[in-house]
Amino acid sequence: MISHHLSTYLIIGVFLLIAGIYGLIQHKSFIGMLVSTELILNGAGVNFMAFNRFLAPDPAVGQVITLFIMGIAAAEAAIVVSFILAVFRKYHSIDPDEVDELHG
Amino acid sequence: MTFYQSIAEGLFLAFIILVVLGSLITIRAKMLMKTVLGLAVALLGVAGIYFYLGSMFLTLMQILVYVGAICIVMIFGIMVGYTPTEVAEKSIKDWRNKFLAVLSAVTAFLLILVCVLKTHWVPVAAGNRDFSAVHLGHEFLYTYCLAFELISVILLIAIVGAIILARGGAGKTAVDIPVEEKIAGVREEKGETTA
Repeated sequence: MISHHLSTYLIIGVFLLIAGIYGLIQHKSFIGMLVSTELILNGAGVNFMAFNRFLAPDPAVGQVITLFIMGIAAAEAAIVVSFILAVFRKYHSIDPDEVDELHG
Repeated sequence: MTFYQSIAEGLFLAFIILVVLGSLITIRAKMLMKTVLGLAVALLGVAGIYFYLGSMFLTLMQILVYVGAICIVMIFGIMVGYTPTEVAEKSIKDWRNKFLAVLSAVTAFLLILVCVLKTHWVPVAAGNRDFSAVHLGHEFLYTYCLAFELISVILLIAIVGAIILARGGAGKTAVDIPVEEKIAGVREEKGETTA
């Protein structure tokens, strides 16, 4: 009965988080990094829902926060995609290593 | 365990496998399109996990917002800003990046795993067990009303900002950029002067 344990869900959340961190570091394009960020946000959402189901006195709180995370993620995706379009128009590349005008 | 319970457990395992496989495709794929499709698979798995956590509403919202909207926005970004799918091999940089990625991911995984397994979670004695969308809507419009309104304002600002950025600045209109220039910009080799 693994679906009735809090730890199962927390480990799924941790897996999503580390997959996101791994992808964020090793992807060689802005879109890959954006995709990895979505994985991290989903890990946070799974965590909130797991605590909401097993530990919270009021089961609406975690759902509300998860919906807020979804809203923020949607706004972030729209902004980042338009950033990528603007960067691509100027540099003709979406490789983070090529966009180095500030020598970061 | 009854028959139906074993079916439920099997489905839960299937959703976990979807999450794991989707994440692995997302982080290992060479082509950007496959990366986004892997993300869609992983998000479908997460939607199934939300269902097991008791929230039908969030399951549907996950499929609608993430799989239906965010993945499409990303595919749109890939198709407009064309990039070579196979990035030229930069062996030293690549090796260093992979090492750093594996190191940080494994460290984070072990640390959080120890925290999760060592903590004694205390469930609440008794509480409201109402997972329905009606209760959720009441919470949204009474307790979290301010945050709810703020989220909508943030979304509005983000979308207007995204349109302005993608159009090429506040002063420009879409008509100012001729279509030929857009296509030429996409096809131009890197390093040539921009139009």
